[in-house]
Amino acid sequence: MIVAALFFYLFAGLCVASAFMVIAAKNPVHSVLYLILAFVNAAGLFVMMGAEFLAMILIVVYVGAVAVLFLFVVMMLDVDFAELKQGSLQYLPGGLLIGGIFLAELFLVVGAWVIGPGVPQAITSPIPAAISNTAAIGLVLYTRYVYFFQAAGMILLVAMVGAIVLTLRHKERVRRQDVSEQVARNPKTSIEIIKVRPGQGLGSNS
Amino acid sequence: MNQVTQISGLLPVLPEIILACGAMLMLMVGVCTVQNERSSAIVNGWCVGILVLVAGFLLSVPAGRYEMFGGSFVVDDFARFLKILAIIGSAGALTLSLDYLTVDRQQKFEYGVLFLLSTLGMMMLISAADLIALYLGLELMSLPLYVVAASNRDSVRSTEAGLKYFVLGALSSGMLLYGASLIYGFTGTVSFTGIAKATANGASIGLIFGLVFLFVGFCFKISAVPFHMWTPDVYEGAPTPVTAFFAAAPKVAGIAIFVRATVVAFPGIAHEWQQIVVFVSIASMVLGAFAAIGQRNIKRLMAYSSIGHMGFALVGLAAGTPEGVQGVLVYMTIYVAMTLGTFACILTMRRDGMLVENISDLSGLARTHPTMAFFLAMLLFSLAGIPPLAGFFAKFYVFLAAIKAGLYVLAVIGVIASVVGAYYYLTIVKIMYFDEPAQRFQSMPPLLRVVLGVAGLINILFFAYPAPILNAATVAAKSLF
Repeated sequence: MIVAALFFYLFAGLCVASAFMVIAAKNPVHSVLYLILAFVNAAGLFVMMGAEFLAMILIVVYVGAVAVLFLFVVMMLDVDFAELKQGSLQYLPGGLLIGGIFLAELFLVVGAWVIGPGVPQAITSPIPAAISNTAAIGLVLYTRYVYFFQAAGMILLVAMVGAIVLTLRHKERVRRQDVSEQVARNPKTSIEIIKVRPGQGLGSNS
Repeated sequence: MNQVTQISGLLPVLPEIILACGAMLMLMVGVCTVQNERSSAIVNGWCVGILVLVAGFLLSVPAGRYEMFGGSFVVDDFARFLKILAIIGSAGALTLSLDYLTVDRQQKFEYGVLFLLSTLGMMMLISAADLIALYLGLELMSLPLYVVAASNRDSVRSTEAGLKYFVLGALSSGMLLYGASLIYGFTGTVSFTGIAKATANGASIGLIFGLVFLFVGFCFKISAVPFHMWTPDVYEGAPTPVTAFFAAAPKVAGIAIFVRATVVAFPGIAHEWQQIVVFVSIASMVLGAFAAIGQRNIKRLMAYSSIGHMGFALVGLAAGTPEGVQGVLVYMTIYVAMTLGTFACILTMRRDGMLVENISDLSGLARTHPTMAFFLAMLLFSLAGIPPLAGFFAKFYVFLAAIKAGLYVLAVIGVIASVVGAYYYLTIVKIMYFDEPAQRFQSMPPLLRVVLGVAGLINILFFAYPAPILNAATVAAKSLF
């Protein structure tokens, strides 16, 4: 048990520390790297809770895709974050106040925590004892929760359509790849054989 | 888990399935065939057809109450009534868009597809019976709205409106999710009926916090005070038919989920949420009435007007009785008709190919376009709540329910606010009828005439034959209790 507790504090401490570094780091690339560290530690916490599927998803989706996308954006946009952050100290009092209010609310909430009598029965999909939680998620995701799954799919479709509508411009004189045209090429259409006479170059022939 | 679901069991969700497949079909048709603006216009026209088709299927779904997908999706009379209303709002706004997009050379087939997807979100939201379905429906409704608000991407005002709406919408979604997670934490369930069971004997302070955050999300979507700040800017910046859409359909879905969540999930703590709804309602009515007085731009005026009208609709919810809910339903029906009619007029305010938006541009309309001036005046009288027009009855039913529930202060403040509100509606009528005529507008496109005619006739003739709407609203309201 002591090992589990040690690992918990290791992951949790690293997670909080790297989350702090995300906002404290001067270089935005470092911020993203700290964000990845925070994700990995959060994944460790999930593993300790026995939610290995969520842990792996966190690594694959957030570290593998989202954080790398962030890195691309940060590197390509070349925003001077240090300049943006200048004067952010003047928002400190307001931020502290709001943070304090939220902390107080959290205390209120945790202090008032009473598990209702019907709560354990109300949980709709308990994890069956014999199978891993990956299998358990698989059992309900496409049956009990198929509606949510499909709805989330529609939302992603909207996001894709929206991004294309707002950003794609059909400009003239942009050369696009046309796969069928490339595949249909053969030597006859793409190679022209020209006899070059000695000492005259191509200019006179073509 | 081992149940075999039969295809016929999906019959109650058939309208949603048709709408989703129709939207994807239109998307594929658009991607594969559209070459120019004219073919985009045809696809957008088909989208109106799909909405009409879905409304037809909704009417033909057998009556009764169905719970689908483990109780996350409920089809009852309440849902049916509001879904048809939301579809009318969407189809009306899309019809209003067709001419506008052609004239302004903005035709894109994605426009209609996004309308369809947003309407699908509204229908899911109206039928949502747990917090996850609620959130997914809300996002599916809102995301296309952000995109169509910015659809005129070469205009700074339009993109600003879209961005503003998106950022504030994301904030409100965060609030709503925070509230939903608190509610889940304190009740152990996301389903509305489960929450109702867990809160039957009062609620802890944490749950109340969750409820407040949930209400923040709802108030943002229906632009009720104090979460209305985005409304005037977004209404002014977005292309005008998009503004008509914002003012009509999402409001219906937002009110629907507000009513369903409070009445179904929190009947045990009615006293607590009633205070919040009463406050929001009073604040919206008063702000809508006073802030609209100084407006010069008619779209901003309509924004404040819609804030006020949401306040009036919430009066019925504050009562928390079947009569109150019936009042809300009647109010929303008449509100959608009034809004679509008024925006049909606003879209006609076009000179030299450019839309004009100032109230002063309407001066002398009675002499240049007498028919349009008559209908617009009737709609404005109706928005002000002057009998015997429909707007009066809308207000009458919600105030009646409030008085029956003992909320006298709310009803009195509401009446005062509607008197103040009448001032700015009547100012427009005065400008139209008694001021010197300005330059003529271009003639009204036929589709706008149809929308204005239908909306205007509903408003004028409601008092003669109110039974169909009233009866449907009564049945719909009863299905919630």
